[in-house]
Amino acid sequence: MASPAIELHGVTKRFATPKGGVYTALRDLTLEVAPGEFCAVVGPTGCGKSTTLALISGLELASNGEVRVEGRPVKGIPEGVGYVFQNDAVFPWKSVLENVAAGPRYHGAPGRDARDRAREWITRVGLAGFEDRFPYQLSGGMRKRVGLAQSLINGPRILLMDEPFSALDVQTRSLMENELLSLWASTSASVVFVTHDLEEAIALADRVVVITAGPGTVKGTYEVDLPRPRNVAEIRFQPRFTQIYEAIWSQLRDEVLVSYERQKHAAAG
Amino acid sequence: MSVRSTLPQASVVGESPHPSPPPQAGEGNQAGIIDADLTGRRSRAARRRLITIYGLRLLFTVVWIGSWELSTRLNWVDPFFVGMPSGVVQRLWTWITEGTALGPLWLQAAVTMEEAVIGFIIGSLLGVFFGILLGRIELLAQTLSPFIKAANAIPRVVLGSLFAIMFGLSLWGKAATAVVLVFFVVFFNAFQGVREVDRNLIANARILGADNRRLTTEIIIPSALSWILASLHISFGLAIVGAVVGELFGATAGLGELIYSAGHTFDVNGVFAGMFLLAVLALIAEGFISALENRLIKWRPNRVSGEIPI
Repeated sequence: MASPAIELHGVTKRFATPKGGVYTALRDLTLEVAPGEFCAVVGPTGCGKSTTLALISGLELASNGEVRVEGRPVKGIPEGVGYVFQNDAVFPWKSVLENVAAGPRYHGAPGRDARDRAREWITRVGLAGFEDRFPYQLSGGMRKRVGLAQSLINGPRILLMDEPFSALDVQTRSLMENELLSLWASTSASVVFVTHDLEEAIALADRVVVITAGPGTVKGTYEVDLPRPRNVAEIRFQPRFTQIYEAIWSQLRDEVLVSYERQKHAAAG
Repeated sequence: MSVRSTLPQASVVGESPHPSPPPQAGEGNQAGIIDADLTGRRSRAARRRLITIYGLRLLFTVVWIGSWELSTRLNWVDPFFVGMPSGVVQRLWTWITEGTALGPLWLQAAVTMEEAVIGFIIGSLLGVFFGILLGRIELLAQTLSPFIKAANAIPRVVLGSLFAIMFGLSLWGKAATAVVLVFFVVFFNAFQGVREVDRNLIANARILGADNRRLTTEIIIPSALSWILASLHISFGLAIVGAVVGELFGATAGLGELIYSAGHTFDVNGVFAGMFLLAVLALIAEGFISALENRLIKWRPNRVSGEIPI
């Protein structure tokens, strides 16, 4: 078997809080993602899902333990990593074309080349004709497409997605999920997709990892053996989908409750 | 004068605004007619409002100037001390037709504007440069912070006397006074602008492969630009203050010098006439800065209009 694309071994991440304390986001987390695998990470709010992505991307470094991407320990931002952010991270002062062309230009491609490739990707995400618009002139779904094209144009071998569709309305969301699947099918990228939505996780992924309420660690891993290509909007009606959902939910529910109780206490205290 | 008071209304830009999507982002066709009707009504309402505003401004001016003129004419207050509008107009007219005691009027305006503009440009450039430098290099900012605060706390116009000694009667003394006034406003805004850059955008650019130089030129500077441009509105006024104060410490020409010489001869109307000219010049400059702002920030949803929001 090929060596994993992403490995986290016994990873702990602590942050200093503004009050001078220490907050442990992740504790002893171990996770492996195979090349070309679509791995979804679910867990309750504040369990360190986003921190996991930050560690893989090299935006943050682990306090303890080891993070490896394609076999090499992560010390800075690894080559070949793409990141789709939860909030809008497209550059508001750049047109759609310039936004998508940013990656290739940062990697040294001449402006004309970068723009040609950007046009291609803009078409692929269905935004042809909007090249000269600024982000404020686009709807939320369209901005998300720009973000997707912006990361995919670099041909990432590892794609990290942090609740990318959580801000979208339900219809736009399943549309985008389907598009993500078809775009992903044409690459061989390994995906780590963080979400709090279990349905979304099962519909998209090959494997679902449940993280405990913070400090986060892996509670369980579930294979999703639903056939591909999938239609995200319809796959939810399959009996097998429901079975998997129930199996994972029985695990996730406890964590959600723990997290909910804590928030209630935090709000009361 | 407060130096940190230029919080731009654009500070929301950093946190990715969610404006209502433009019409093309999905609106039914059958709504088109109603929309057109609505737009028409709305633009008529906007025009009515504009007319009302201009009307009220006119009314304000008439009441203000009228009561001033009336109270001095009826000798309720002594025009020797407060001047009178008709006298100010007369003084302006003599200056325009016969020139001032210092030479032709346009020359005085040109001299002061030259000093202010040179000071403004140098001060802004230095402010932007050091603001971004210190904003990017934490250690430098922490090291220099007490010195900057101290320098900001002292009334820097007194440096004008120093510059008068250094540069004599030349325009550089006045420009230098303008520079020290402009610098701090622009510096603090540029610095704050750099600090306020959305961390998401920086993370995104780094992941996409931007090196430090690209990060500065393509993310930090455009993001800080809203703050910097907002500070330019205030700092041009300060540049004029610098030029005028500089003229106080020794000059042979300029609107400031004109005002002082009018003051020395108890010509109150002359003082007001000079102030009026300074205000006109400041408004013209403000127009240029707004135009520059609109040009540079065309990616922002609510552009800065010609109107000055207070």
